[in-house]
Amino acid sequence: MRRAYEEELNRLHASFFRMGRAVNEAIHQSVKAFVNHDKELAKKVIEQDKEINEMEHELEQACIELIALQQPVTTDLRKIITVMKASADLERMGDHAVSISKSTIRVKGSKRIYEIEAMISEAGDRVEKMVQEVLDAFVDSDDEKAIRVANEDLEIDELTRDIHRISIEEMKKDPDIVLGATDYMLASTYVERIGDYVTNISEWILYLNSGKIQELNTHHNIDDLNN
Amino acid sequence: MNEQIVSTENVHLYYGDFEALKGISMEFYDNQITALIGPSGCGKSTYLRLINRMNDLIPGVKITGKVNYDGKNVYDEGTDTVELRKKIGMVFQQPNPFPFSIYENVAYGLKIAGMKDKNKIDEIVERSLRKAAIWNEVKDKLDENALALSGGQQQRVCIARVLAIEPDVILLDEPTSALDPISSGKIERMLEELKKEYTIIIVTHNMQQASRISDRTAFFLDGNLIEVDDTRKIFTNPEKKETEDYISGRFG
Repeated sequence: MRRAYEEELNRLHASFFRMGRAVNEAIHQSVKAFVNHDKELAKKVIEQDKEINEMEHELEQACIELIALQQPVTTDLRKIITVMKASADLERMGDHAVSISKSTIRVKGSKRIYEIEAMISEAGDRVEKMVQEVLDAFVDSDDEKAIRVANEDLEIDELTRDIHRISIEEMKKDPDIVLGATDYMLASTYVERIGDYVTNISEWILYLNSGKIQELNTHHNIDDLNN
Repeated sequence: MNEQIVSTENVHLYYGDFEALKGISMEFYDNQITALIGPSGCGKSTYLRLINRMNDLIPGVKITGKVNYDGKNVYDEGTDTVELRKKIGMVFQQPNPFPFSIYENVAYGLKIAGMKDKNKIDEIVERSLRKAAIWNEVKDKLDENALALSGGQQQRVCIARVLAIEPDVILLDEPTSALDPISSGKIERMLEELKKEYTIIIVTHNMQQASRISDRTAFFLDGNLIEVDDTRKIFTNPEKKETEDYISGRFG
């Protein structure tokens, strides 16, 4: 029996990894479409999100069945819970890629600020790398790597604050930029949120090994307001 | 698609005036494990035994309906029950090895059937013990008395004894309820392997066992078949409330 269970678990992890790759591709394409004002590519990301949602449903279904049929306990149970929770995080990351794509499609105003677009592009690249790293850490259940990836999120947060600051400065200087810069702020916030979900997945990796639910990079700190 | 090997049609069984089975119709497929579950006295063991006519010997039993196997109703006159039980073998709750050597236990059925070729018998004994996942534990002591083995080992020898006569269908009546969890685990793993070649029907009181190893699950209650479906469906979202109540431990 044990063997059949292990096989099921391996299948589950393989599907999770596939879903992670699809989400990362969506993030990559959505940021690329945003900075290139490529509405066609943005539409594609939105259409492909359906597949990501289906992958999540299949994973959830498989997890539910494993729990009902195998009654796993201890590490076995944590493995399944981790996949369920982390796949929900991945799905939300996919939704943010959709939000970025929607901003791309409705983009108004023709004025662009290349400096900010470059920054958004950089934030996108970094988040994409974080997603890849957190998936690797997940598969290897590598705690150290999970913590390292979560720490990278702090840099994304800082980059996002810079994007917001510069956007506001530009808006003050030139009202014609308000519409476009608002979208810059929105898109960078979505990217920043994706980073937060990566942190969530890191937390689940720690849970898998330790059995403890803990928070990395807490945001409920009043000092954040000063930044 | 799995092939239908055994089916029953509207089977009723009476012990005197008591109706123990109230019209059971269901099918069994090859390469699948079907688990029969339900509270004590629900008729699941009676139903299992009816498939290879093990209830015939009980006085006052009356059976109506059909049990189809190999294109015939096994209750037709002229059915050779010895032949039938070769093709549909039974493993019981309590391991019941014969009081002789491990080797002789497995070879018994072959010798009764008139097989004389020693090499052939050796070969089948080894193959059967291997399939029953006990060869490595007994290969150096085939001449020792089977009763000296542990309960779990005895049960696997009994399964090897059934396999030696090359059945199509294996009926198991709570085969692990007298065993510890490690021995039960070995038998469960073995059944997972055996289903690749046989049709397996198992009565179990252990719902977790049914959920772990079976492909289909049938829930019996008061002589009725309440529900039969994919095990995944039965254990995640059964159609009938009685099934849900039983598998979630609300009664029974």
